[in-house]
Amino acid sequence: MRTTRRTTALVAGAAAALLTLTACGGDSDPLEQDTGDGGEETSSDTIVVGSQAYYSNEIIAEIYAQALEADGFTVERNYSIGQRDAYMPALEAGEVQVFPEYTGNLLQYYDPETTATSADDVYAELADALPESLTVLDQSPATDQDSYNVTAAFAEAEGLTSIGDLAGLDDLTLGGPAELEERPYGPQGLSEVYDVDVAFEATGDTTVQDLVAGTVDVANVFSADPRIQTEDLVTLEDPEGLFLASNVVPLVSTDVADQVADVINPVSAALTPEGLVDLNVQSTEEQRSSEDIAADWLSENGLA
Amino acid sequence: MDLFADAIAWIFSPEAQSGSLPLSEAIWTHLAFTFVSVLIAAAVAVPAGWLVGHTGRGREAAVALSGAARAVPSFGLVLLLVLVFGVTHKVGASTTAFVLLAIPPILAGAYSGVEAVERRVVDGARAVGMTSRQVLGKVEIPLGLPLLIGGLRSATLQVVATVTLAGYVGSWGLGFYIVQGIQIRDFAQILGAALVIVVLAVVLDLLFALLERAVVPHGVAARRSAD
Repeated sequence: MRTTRRTTALVAGAAAALLTLTACGGDSDPLEQDTGDGGEETSSDTIVVGSQAYYSNEIIAEIYAQALEADGFTVERNYSIGQRDAYMPALEAGEVQVFPEYTGNLLQYYDPETTATSADDVYAELADALPESLTVLDQSPATDQDSYNVTAAFAEAEGLTSIGDLAGLDDLTLGGPAELEERPYGPQGLSEVYDVDVAFEATGDTTVQDLVAGTVDVANVFSADPRIQTEDLVTLEDPEGLFLASNVVPLVSTDVADQVADVINPVSAALTPEGLVDLNVQSTEEQRSSEDIAADWLSENGLA
Repeated sequence: MDLFADAIAWIFSPEAQSGSLPLSEAIWTHLAFTFVSVLIAAAVAVPAGWLVGHTGRGREAAVALSGAARAVPSFGLVLLLVLVFGVTHKVGASTTAFVLLAIPPILAGAYSGVEAVERRVVDGARAVGMTSRQVLGKVEIPLGLPLLIGGLRSATLQVVATVTLAGYVGSWGLGFYIVQGIQIRDFAQILGAALVIVVLAVVLDLLFALLERAVVPHGVAARRSAD
């Protein structure tokens, strides 16, 4: 009998541990939580703001959230919902109503074959490609997209301002993630669009370090990466539209679009490319919380 | 099965032979990383293992080391060493990580091979007047060779599989195609590269199996067949 009792205790303990674990899991999954009360449409004054699991995206989401609060909305925050495949279903179902997105990447999600590259073309195609339940508000001039960068010293020595200026330079090596080689804007695109011939070197997670160390001459870095500032890099201009433009854009539920547009459109207009980099620097270099960064940015821009 | 057919087609496609890393060069760099790492590891671990096995000193340390080192996450080690060594020394950093990975099995093979020699045989060697060095060189090492080759065999297999990680830090080895393939969702390329790695591993394993048989001393082999 004794063993039975001990077994029962063990099983109970294990079950309790399991429950605790699942409870944790439930908490960390924002989508899970929502299904409980999100069935019926939330009252018109409560707006659910979501973000990707990407620090820069969360800062923008927090700016939206605080701007909405300043205007009298009740805001529920649902941050770090992973990547696009994870959160788009929640947005389409209306469980999350406001979400900072990027035009180019979002367009590619709905239309992988798209040939649009300029900011306006991408925005126009995106508006058509979205399902009816979703709407994009005005796009911001701020972008977070692939870009080609060189060191300031190299740019100065060769007089580089645009990607086309690389044409004619010998022995150029392009660094970036392994898949860059196969992307439309990779070595082949460089050669076709700008007549720039490069060798390719996969540099994985150390692309910026490789550029600084000189193992590669040109590097593919996200345009809002703070290291463009901190490592003194120069982003080459892309007048021919080699890269798919990816401006920051608020993706909202069509139901609430009219309500929130007046609050969020001015935020998008005020967010510049340099401003976005600066927000990221505050996060990665100064380790400030997104609440503080967002509050300061809103008051500096007279929006809250 | 279609995927396998696609993967095999990828291996022989012109697409695999071109690009920044042609398949032949990937195989070559993959094998170069493997052999250089195992050779360096052997240069360190074999003498150390023989010494441990012969003297019995430091045995606990060797056992603990080879046990603990198996738990080191190779991926983290490769990235860490690249950051520590700096990006201009990626090859050295990756090789160091693979050497550290290869040392434990070789060390274990070397000391257990020497240790496993029957005490009676060692005592006999001493009794006919061999010096300690002669006992090691003429008795313990030759008799322990099959276990040492076994250690080299498992080290080589581990390293040939793990060199795949070099693809995360540069354009080397067959791992490059896997890293690239995951991002562009080219499953034929991923599986194709994986299959080539499997073939390399199987071929190397067979070679070591033959070698393992070949190094059994004549006397021992004769006695075994007599049994």
